[in-house]
Amino acid sequence: MLDLHAVTAGYDRRAPVFRDASLTLAPGESVGLLGPSGCGKSTLARVAALLHRPDSGRLTLDGEEVRGWRHRAPRRLRTAVGVVFQQPRLSADPRLTLHDLIAEPLRATGRRTEAPDRVAELAAAVGLTGDLLTRRPHEVSDGQLQRACLARALVLRPRWLVCDEMTAMLDASTTAALVAAVEEYRTAHGAGLLAVGHDRVLLERWCDRTLEWTDCAKPAA
Amino acid sequence: MADLTLTKDAPSRTWRSHGRTRRSTRTVRVAASAVIAAATVLAVLIVPPVVQLDEQAIDLALKLRPPSLAHPFGTDDVGRDLLLRCVYGLRVSLLVGLVAALVATVIGTAVGAAAAAFGGWTDRIVMRLVDTFSSVPHLLLGIFIVAMFRPGVWPVIVSVALTHWLSTARIVRSEVLSLRSRPFVDAAVSGGASRWRVTARHLLPAVLPQAGLAAVLMVPHAMWHESALSFLGLGLPTHQASLGTLVQTARGSLLAGDWWPTLFPGLFLIVPTLAIAGLAGAWRERINPRRRSELML
Repeated sequence: MLDLHAVTAGYDRRAPVFRDASLTLAPGESVGLLGPSGCGKSTLARVAALLHRPDSGRLTLDGEEVRGWRHRAPRRLRTAVGVVFQQPRLSADPRLTLHDLIAEPLRATGRRTEAPDRVAELAAAVGLTGDLLTRRPHEVSDGQLQRACLARALVLRPRWLVCDEMTAMLDASTTAALVAAVEEYRTAHGAGLLAVGHDRVLLERWCDRTLEWTDCAKPAA
Repeated sequence: MADLTLTKDAPSRTWRSHGRTRRSTRTVRVAASAVIAAATVLAVLIVPPVVQLDEQAIDLALKLRPPSLAHPFGTDDVGRDLLLRCVYGLRVSLLVGLVAALVATVIGTAVGAAAAAFGGWTDRIVMRLVDTFSSVPHLLLGIFIVAMFRPGVWPVIVSVALTHWLSTARIVRSEVLSLRSRPFVDAAVSGGASRWRVTARHLLPAVLPQAGLAAVLMVPHAMWHESALSFLGLGLPTHQASLGTLVQTARGSLLAGDWWPTLFPGLFLIVPTLAIAGLAGAWRERINPRRRSELML
């Protein structure tokens, strides 16, 4: 279970982006979070991914209460959540090839030997060909780079996935391919999904349920 | 009906929008800088071991001779050949400049990266220490450091290095701070990377070009500091040729109308400085992302 309870978060304690937001995801469940720009969807996604410390509230991940964020969070909790960001250009280290980009979490967690097989497997799953894996981010398109970023998020086999407007910059066919890759992974591993976005049609077709962020205070569920 | 036709012409060169004249001026400047810098390095590396002349050989019969074929830069007040003294002096000044710049850059990069990567109180305390050191004029601090040791090359290097890492620490810290909030760092954190791995794998490689540029620009600055310390009598002992000691010992001759003992050591200080600055400017243009993206077109 991924449970956010009465979370208040933002970038200035005196003026938080949202207050008292609560959200619960069951294992294997997919939840879409809709809302206007600037209401705090991405901040909530960052809190859920243990990347942003909330001002108050509680986050429980698989029964364990999270007490630290970013590097202060235990590695096993951080790697339990895979994250795909909105802008692939900014979320890829420009010095790494796509192969290294996908393999980086395995290397960072001391599982270097698994990298070749796992990268090849994931590249096929997200639709990246061998020659693309040798290129650097500036040598591929946004869609190709986002496929690599999705593969990076899946490489450690996370139990939860947070997709923060993953398809916002992509064309319809790439969107369909990425959503299919996520669903294939979820079917195989039973991972829960929090998909944040503006595209109501996509999220309603993709997710088991969607939540509407009705105002700039908290989501409606 | 409109047809779309594609032609594979030779690559366009329209990205060079600043025109031929400006481009050729820059090319000449960079080429001249490279030639002078290479000649300087070759001179200080090759001349002393190959020529094997004693730069300290005194011949009072030849004292203060103006430039001639036998002595192209003339002689000093005890008859030593100034060309040889300048080359040996440049060797010492360049050694001080290179080693001091390297040490200062390593210290500055480590301190700046650590402050930014750890953040919080570590960052505040480290940067307040940097501010405190920066508030003291660094020549004064350098004099204080060098005065604690016997005159020699290494005290000068230590003095220059320990007073020049501050600006590099500030540059590296600000670069790392701006990178730390980028999504690719978030992705690394989410992927289980430790603080050390994020710094070593993602942050430091991104700031190294800027740190390298700061190091290159620091070489002539450090040479000037060595010269200033030697000129003040606090650097190298007067018998050991360095550009600072040469200018210092020639001051009296200048008042008597003998211009060459100060002019040539001064030129040896200024010309390599301009060459290194020219090369650093070209490098800065190259690593500038906006310029690089133009080149990729």
